[in-house]
Amino acid sequence: MKLKLNILLTGVMLAALILSACGTATTSAPLPTEPPAAPPPTEAPAAPPPTAVPAPAEGEPYVVGAFFSTTGPVSSLGEPEWGTVAMLTEHVNGDGGILGPDGLMHKIDLRKYDDQSDATKAVEIVKKLIEEDKAVAIIGGSGSPASIAVIETVTNAEVPFISVASSSVIVTAADGSQNHWVFKTPQQNYPVAQVQADWMKAHGITKLASLGVNNAFGKDSMAAMQRVAQEEGFEIVWEGTFEPRDTDFSAQLTAIQGTDAEVLIVHATPGEGAPLTVQFRDMGFEIPIVHNHGIGNQSFINTAADAAQGVLFPIGKLLVVDQLPDSDPQKATLKTYQDEFIAAFGKKPSTFGGHAWDAFMMVKEALEHVGPDSAAIRDYLETNIVNWVGISGVFNVTADDHTGIGKESLVLVEIDEGTWAYVDPSNYADTP
Amino acid sequence: MTFTEQLAQFIVSGITQGSIYALIALGFVTIYNVTGIINFSQGEFAVIGAFIAITVAQKVNLFRGQFDVELEWPVPVAALIGVGGAVLVGVLLYRLGIQPARHASTLSQIVATIGASIALRGLVLLAWGTDPYRIPPFTQGKPFKILGAVITRQSVWVMGLTVVVVVALFLFFQYTLIGKALRASAANPGAARLMGINTRRMGLIAFALSAGLGALGGIVITPVTFMTYDRGLMLALKGFVAMIMGGLTSPFGAVVGGLALGIVESLAAGLISSGYKDAFAFAVLFVVLLVRLGGVFKRGSGEALERAGL
Repeated sequence: MKLKLNILLTGVMLAALILSACGTATTSAPLPTEPPAAPPPTEAPAAPPPTAVPAPAEGEPYVVGAFFSTTGPVSSLGEPEWGTVAMLTEHVNGDGGILGPDGLMHKIDLRKYDDQSDATKAVEIVKKLIEEDKAVAIIGGSGSPASIAVIETVTNAEVPFISVASSSVIVTAADGSQNHWVFKTPQQNYPVAQVQADWMKAHGITKLASLGVNNAFGKDSMAAMQRVAQEEGFEIVWEGTFEPRDTDFSAQLTAIQGTDAEVLIVHATPGEGAPLTVQFRDMGFEIPIVHNHGIGNQSFINTAADAAQGVLFPIGKLLVVDQLPDSDPQKATLKTYQDEFIAAFGKKPSTFGGHAWDAFMMVKEALEHVGPDSAAIRDYLETNIVNWVGISGVFNVTADDHTGIGKESLVLVEIDEGTWAYVDPSNYADTP
Repeated sequence: MTFTEQLAQFIVSGITQGSIYALIALGFVTIYNVTGIINFSQGEFAVIGAFIAITVAQKVNLFRGQFDVELEWPVPVAALIGVGGAVLVGVLLYRLGIQPARHASTLSQIVATIGASIALRGLVLLAWGTDPYRIPPFTQGKPFKILGAVITRQSVWVMGLTVVVVVALFLFFQYTLIGKALRASAANPGAARLMGINTRRMGLIAFALSAGLGALGGIVITPVTFMTYDRGLMLALKGFVAMIMGGLTSPFGAVVGGLALGIVESLAAGLISSGYKDAFAFAVLFVVLLVRLGGVFKRGSGEALERAGL
């Protein structure tokens, strides 16, 4: 009997080990993890190497590190990010690779890991990427906490890191200077708050309640709201936080009901944002609810369902690319990305995938010009990303601004009948 | 909203959440009384029950889009199927995990339930992924207002079902033959066997009953707080705290413990900071264990804890 028990226990533990291992499984081959769709073939190799000389010989592959939260609470961000990078890597390698400054074609050897939405794991992964995989540049960090956690590691190792998370602390050090080795592609939270402020002004709202997730992302977004409130003369009558992964917000919402706030501004991702919105509606609030860009993902609409109706939030333009005016400088780039993503995965890309697109393309461009030299890649990113049309915005990176996009890269979106609806700035007063 | 109204709101929210802890704690107590095992996969029953109900009630794709399920049956039917599915899981767990190990020490069997909970959690992760899911409330409509506190219709369902279940359980244990046999197995397994009670079958029934209780808790709370694959661990820990608060063996104590825990959490979150919610729950456990090892409702000799291998 003892033997039987031992067998059982071993079996259970084995199963547990296997299951937990699934989470950390590392893939060096860039296979899209999402649907079983066939690898995305691009129609006709886009731009074969210039001049019609015989194809250049193949050089050593360039090792690029990537880590995304493809499991855990941030996975709704991490999955499209990883899908995008996997797709782009496939495209580049399918075309023979990158034509480096040495005149050889280099495949991209992408080393990808899953940080399981855990900042501690992210640091371990980045150490591994630098020390074992010898990555020349690193992209990733789906959640702000993970991105912030690895700043020290990449700085000490002098490897450029392009984050796909939005907290301003990722690029801005405590003294206000920019972290030398770190860049990021999502917009800052500050312009997001500016757009929210524009909308509030259009409605004559002066008193607001601010409720955010108690992590780097939420705190940064709340700080941005405070700054904007101070500049524009709004009064924050109530401010509070909830923990990541919380699903019960009755305590906070109760407190807000006791105030005379005219709008609730929420700083969250879909995991908490959707249940929060549902409970907000259930409790019968009559004030509008405005989220920030953290919820710009289909999963928010899917989970919040009816409660999502009328929710407003500022976000990058990708979400509403088809509704943008043709004069928009990003429209063509956005369209191309959307079409490629749909061809590969059979569904529309999310803004988060767009952040990864920007990060990947910047690294790719840097590699084309300077080759696998970490310091040179960093310098290239800081000086040569000028009027660079990406998915998250038109980038102008400088030594004083390692993000490089502002309020113009954002639009206000309203959730209407389960779809995203672009709100033109001239219509703010009539929305919702 | 005045302070008293806020207080009323915190207590209502606390009772809603506490009802779930109570249901889970009841499951703990039932299994513990009959088999002497503390079943740490109790929280997983709630999660699996809820996910089965979710799958039946609305469009869901499983295994990363490999299977699309479009049943969209009415929520009450889905809830029943969810409970039934969890009961099946409970029975399987007992048959495949606990019964073969019946000669092993209680501690080993407890470890087996921990292993089972990890495995079940992994299974749910593989099938449903990491997204939070929700089912519509059992009845639609505007929330009620009592003493300035908002009570959603689903909260009424949660509290009402908890009361119904507690009363039904009481009647079951007190007046049915199986219920009496269960109590007999709990009181003295040896004597119960001599009286012709199949204690092994009683263990099976206890697991089935607990799984059903857990699943019910998981399902009724899903419209309020959503369900994610990893909720089980926290639910189990909170249910465990409620059970200890209630004195480990008392079903009545488990219910009171669960409700008290929910209210403490809600007040801590509302009046101090939501960050301290869990800290308070476990601080309560710590204090109860320190002050009175047998829990509040059973002045313990510590024997019960020893039996559990704690």
